[in-house]
Amino acid sequence: MVECEKLGFEATELRLGLPGGGEKSNANYGKRGYAETVDLKLNLSTKEICLDQSDLDEKNLNKEKNLMPNCATDSVKPPAKAQVVGWPPVRSFRKNVMAIQKKSDSEDAEKGTGAGAAFVKVSMDGAPYLRKVDLKMYKTYQELSDALGKMFSSFTIGKCDSQGMMDFMNESKLMDLLNGSDYVPTYEDKDGDWMLVGDVPWEMFVESCKRLRIMKGTEAKGLG
Amino acid sequence: MLNYFPEEVLEHVFDFVTSHRDRNAVSLVCKSWYSVERFSREKVFIGNCYAVNPERVIARFPRVRSLTLKGKPHFADFNLVPPDWGGYVYPWIEAMAKHGINLEELRLKRMVVSDESLELLAKSFPNFKSLVLVSCEGFTTDGLAAIASNCRFLRELDLQENEVDDRKGQWLSCFPDSCTSLISLNFACLKGEVNAAALERLVARCPNLRSLRLNHAVPLDTLQKILTQAPQLNDLGTGSFVHDPDSETCGKLKNAMKKCKSIRSLSGFLDVNARCLPAVYPICTNLTSLNLSYAPGIYSNDLIKLICHCKKLERLWVCFFIKLIHYTYFFSGVPLSNQGLNWIMQILDTIGDKGLGAVASTCKELQELRVFPSDLYGVGNAGVTEEGLVAISAGCPKLNSILYFCQQMTNAALITVAKNCPNFIRFRLCTLNPTIPDAVTNLPLDEGFGAIVQSCKGLKRLSVSGLLTDQVFLYIGMYAEQLEMLSIAFAGDSDKGMLYVLNGCKKLKKLEIRDSPFGNVALLADVGKYETMRSLWMSSCEVTFGACKTLAEKMPRLNVEIINEGEEIEASPDDRHRVEKMYLYRTLVGPRRDAPDFVWTL
Repeated sequence: MVECEKLGFEATELRLGLPGGGEKSNANYGKRGYAETVDLKLNLSTKEICLDQSDLDEKNLNKEKNLMPNCATDSVKPPAKAQVVGWPPVRSFRKNVMAIQKKSDSEDAEKGTGAGAAFVKVSMDGAPYLRKVDLKMYKTYQELSDALGKMFSSFTIGKCDSQGMMDFMNESKLMDLLNGSDYVPTYEDKDGDWMLVGDVPWEMFVESCKRLRIMKGTEAKGLG
Repeated sequence: MLNYFPEEVLEHVFDFVTSHRDRNAVSLVCKSWYSVERFSREKVFIGNCYAVNPERVIARFPRVRSLTLKGKPHFADFNLVPPDWGGYVYPWIEAMAKHGINLEELRLKRMVVSDESLELLAKSFPNFKSLVLVSCEGFTTDGLAAIASNCRFLRELDLQENEVDDRKGQWLSCFPDSCTSLISLNFACLKGEVNAAALERLVARCPNLRSLRLNHAVPLDTLQKILTQAPQLNDLGTGSFVHDPDSETCGKLKNAMKKCKSIRSLSGFLDVNARCLPAVYPICTNLTSLNLSYAPGIYSNDLIKLICHCKKLERLWVCFFIKLIHYTYFFSGVPLSNQGLNWIMQILDTIGDKGLGAVASTCKELQELRVFPSDLYGVGNAGVTEEGLVAISAGCPKLNSILYFCQQMTNAALITVAKNCPNFIRFRLCTLNPTIPDAVTNLPLDEGFGAIVQSCKGLKRLSVSGLLTDQVFLYIGMYAEQLEMLSIAFAGDSDKGMLYVLNGCKKLKKLEIRDSPFGNVALLADVGKYETMRSLWMSSCEVTFGACKTLAEKMPRLNVEIINEGEEIEASPDDRHRVEKMYLYRTLVGPRRDAPDFVWTL
């Protein structure tokens, strides 16, 4: 969803209004070839993306039919490709270097951190008591997030179905249940600074995290 | 009267005329000036290696000592030109060797350089001093070994962003002990290891070394030892910057850095542990140039902390990393509420833009900024927006050159930027979605770019992106009087757009267009124009074979090349067929003889 919005397409019901945003008209200037030559779904499939999320996206993309101009002037346009060649215009050398870096970043994340435990306290604003997690039990932010979600779910989400999971395909129900649950994960690092979770590679985070705090959105505004 | 000056006097005066444009102008004054100038010219610049041939250059400038050559068209950088297209340097080196040219310096960009060429170069010119290769390919470390072994007076070996095959042959160890003349050594783009001891010894015996850029394989402790040996460095490219930040090595590094009081330019960080960064704070105060665009792990907060120390920065290249996805899915994959997600989006946006805000507050001397995209296929990252650009323009009044990849842009922002910074010489904006409209009004970005060209009267280079109609080209044609290079992608509505540019921009030298609806009418309206330009590239536009043939017939001093990829086109194509890729350029020497099968010169 986020990604679509950022690409300038009408978003889903869950509007990601940027400050000053508001209704966007769907004026179609469209003889452009780009919309056809990019397959958004391919772009969305990175490792970290929850499959459910991209299903949700697809449903909503299909709803908003005028997202992808089914273009008229076909004599002009090349056949649809998965990604536009040479866009964004970054030198291949630079692209290759960054691809290698990205790969080794995620490899490092998978390797895990080795001996010893790394127990840290986890507090959540509004929760009556704290918990403790061993960060070395997880290899990625996603795993940690899943575990914390389970730990604190009774405070954030309220009603769950029998499997303990949200029925997020039902959007209005989702809206009701999630309204107001704007929490932000933060942590205190070795320097004593409060940081937003997720900036640094996983291993670096485990090394430097002293405690976790799940803050209420409004309070975390001053961060970063 | 001027004819009565003895030639020696003219020659002496011309010694002070150094820029090649001025030299070119001088040579046009009269025959005797032409003659004196050509015998005294030592530095020759050739913007398109196929515009002329080696023999003619040597015939006109027999005393040439420094040659600069550019090969492939610019869009080759983005994979739009197939391999084996051309741009070989070998014939040039061969010809100069044959004619006994006293070559001292060779600077190449986007050319194919074989090991054979490097070996011939190394053996043919005893006074060879300086080799600069930018975005070249075709050679291996064996070729570098030949240079190191044979060029006894080598001062400069500068390899920038080349694709080099690493043969693991210890090329650096080939510099003989007698080599003490190095001033500049840049091997940051190489992938393989070099012998650390050999590197340290080389640095120790070259007291004039001013610029050193290491590659990824050089570890932090070697860097520390090198800096201790070479505190006189002006320009440093760190290799890998990863170590235990609490270790003795990092402590030693910090001390070594403190002694390097001359470093003004810093780059590298090809692998970095952000907690080691404070080691460089001592040199930050005097830095004028900082390139962090290849640093993978420097996340925005650490970047901001670093930049706050760099008050004298004139040039900055960065990349902002933000992992939006982690926030979105924090609670067991359940999407956060509207409000929550919306709000988090704002934080993350401002981290990227916030970093730029830090730059705007700190770097008042900034002239050149490049902001690269952090995740190239990245719809997952917030990156930077128009806010960052506006902040920079407000805080950095000396800004004259920018390359800015961003998620979104607005006309209002561009108009503000134009007001704040009328001094732009280079303005390149790249929206990650090439046809994205104004993020607030949903209109095309015509007015924004229009404001830029109107305000920046000295603008020489412009790249436009985002949703754009013919109108933006009308503005460019009307106002961009000094424009020399224009890059267009996915823009415009009709031939009028291109015509506005061709008619209006009198100083245009290079025009490159892709995926835009410009066709034959625009192409053929003013064929004489192309002889005043270096080159024109058009790909995925509307021009046909017939029109290209017509153009080629009318203009014998242009090479009109069609690049055919794929097997679709065997025999003579229909004149009405669209041309996928066309590259035309003025030339004195007719069709090139090294064109591969898939390139047709009409």
